[in-house]
Amino acid sequence: MNTQDKVIGREKLIAEKAPKKSLFAFSRKQLGIPYGVFLALFVILPLFLILYYAFTSKTGSFTFANFIDFFSNPTSVSNLFLSLLIAFVTTALCLLIAYPVAYILSKMKAKRGTVLLLLFIMPMWINFVLRALAMKEVMTLMGIFAKDDFFNFFNTIVGMVYDFLPFMIMPLYTTLIKTDKSLLEASYDLGATKAQTFRKITLPLSVPGIISGAMMVFLPSMSAYVISDTFGNGKITIIGKLIEEQFGTGANWNAGSAIAIVMLIVMFVTMLLTGGFKNETNVRGTAL
Amino acid sequence: MKKFLSLFYIFLVLAFIYVPILVLIVYSFTGSVIIGNWTGFSFELYAKLFTEERIRNMIISTVLLAVGAGILSTILGTMGAIGIYYSKGKFGKIIKGSSSISVINAEIVTGISLALVFSLITFGKTYFSLIIGHMVLCTPFVVLSVTPKLKQMDSSLYEAALDLGASPTKALFKVVIPEILPGIFSGFMLAITLSLDDYIITVFTKPETFDTISTYVYNAVKNQAKSELPALRALSAVIFLIMVIVVVIMNIRANKKVAKEAR
Repeated sequence: MNTQDKVIGREKLIAEKAPKKSLFAFSRKQLGIPYGVFLALFVILPLFLILYYAFTSKTGSFTFANFIDFFSNPTSVSNLFLSLLIAFVTTALCLLIAYPVAYILSKMKAKRGTVLLLLFIMPMWINFVLRALAMKEVMTLMGIFAKDDFFNFFNTIVGMVYDFLPFMIMPLYTTLIKTDKSLLEASYDLGATKAQTFRKITLPLSVPGIISGAMMVFLPSMSAYVISDTFGNGKITIIGKLIEEQFGTGANWNAGSAIAIVMLIVMFVTMLLTGGFKNETNVRGTAL
Repeated sequence: MKKFLSLFYIFLVLAFIYVPILVLIVYSFTGSVIIGNWTGFSFELYAKLFTEERIRNMIISTVLLAVGAGILSTILGTMGAIGIYYSKGKFGKIIKGSSSISVINAEIVTGISLALVFSLITFGKTYFSLIIGHMVLCTPFVVLSVTPKLKQMDSSLYEAALDLGASPTKALFKVVIPEILPGIFSGFMLAITLSLDDYIITVFTKPETFDTISTYVYNAVKNQAKSELPALRALSAVIFLIMVIVVVIMNIRANKKVAKEAR
């Protein structure tokens, strides 16, 4: 009897506490609701709108014409390829320049390394249009601005590399600094040369950094029309510019949405091929 | 020798990054229209930042927008991060997924999609759409910087506070928020820098007459508005100086913290 009372008493206590507990669990979850509504209204709904506009004509009837128009127009298709080429060359150059930088910094004494790293990523905090302007002025001073078609392309690449380089250095550095030193020592102990150790250990271990850095450069460089406009002397049109034109001067939102869908597909395929963006924390210096 | 080579390489890349900025700064101390043509030392361009109304206005609006969007994104993002972290079910996963969509999405696509939404709801391009646009840009990054701090936090702290009689709200403000404050702060800083740097989303959501530094500079460059460009050199110099000061202060504070912890 006595023990039963105790049990009932305990159950009562639990019963009294339980709703309170579930209430607080609920209230913490509830904090996510405003953000959920925000995302639904301003991220998900807008994407569905793009989808809707891409597959309808100006009068609102279903059509594939926007896509057919895009792919049957030689200029837009060549601009798509030019855009991919610029994105690819920019990414490759950024990787070639940034990898040694990140590698050297990761080998330095911790404090010196982080101070130097700061020097490399500081430009990210200056307005990128102002930085682009600075680079353009220097090019003008050197007499290589708007000289000919080659320089329009070359200068655009330089401008892109100048803008995106910090985004490549950051993820590479954070991956390289995490390399397990004992693996390197083991490799040397087993008689591997420095070059072999780099090829067999450091490089494979840094692949996640390479991928997230490449994504940070490749994808944004397709929409960075501010850069191509500033450096390309009006002769370089990338896919981001095509979209912008349809929403600005051209004012054909349906066509613009269709190009946006093409761009999203390109992005999606790129990410699928590389398995990129698994490591979200590297994005835009969030890791700092 | 090898060490020298690697230092030389680092120096070379740093030169690539900083020479254009330094050239701009040097020529901010002369009134000349074209860079490379020194017309004597003067603070003329710096004076223009304060005296020319259009320039002054766009600087003020840029800063106000960044601070406003930064504060709102930080509040929304912190709440979102807590909500996502403590809801183990589908709800949390869906929010997390949608949040990363706007991180990955191309800015131009985000920009036009917002333009579409705001044309649908008849507000059009107003300060409201502009703030919302910048929040779409910044909030996911606040979530990304708050979430790791929530993971690091000892979950029993919150429960202990409740057991000791604190209300959930009180426990949240007295226990959870202080624990994750560094994440909230870095999220706020990140939001501000993203907002200051943005061009594309701004252009698709801003009211016609409104200008930020990005849109102003881009228009000046595009329209070959030669008379407007020189003052921008002074602006770059000022921004660079502010940035250096912030970095130095941050470094000193970080060093002090390290020294304190080492003691």
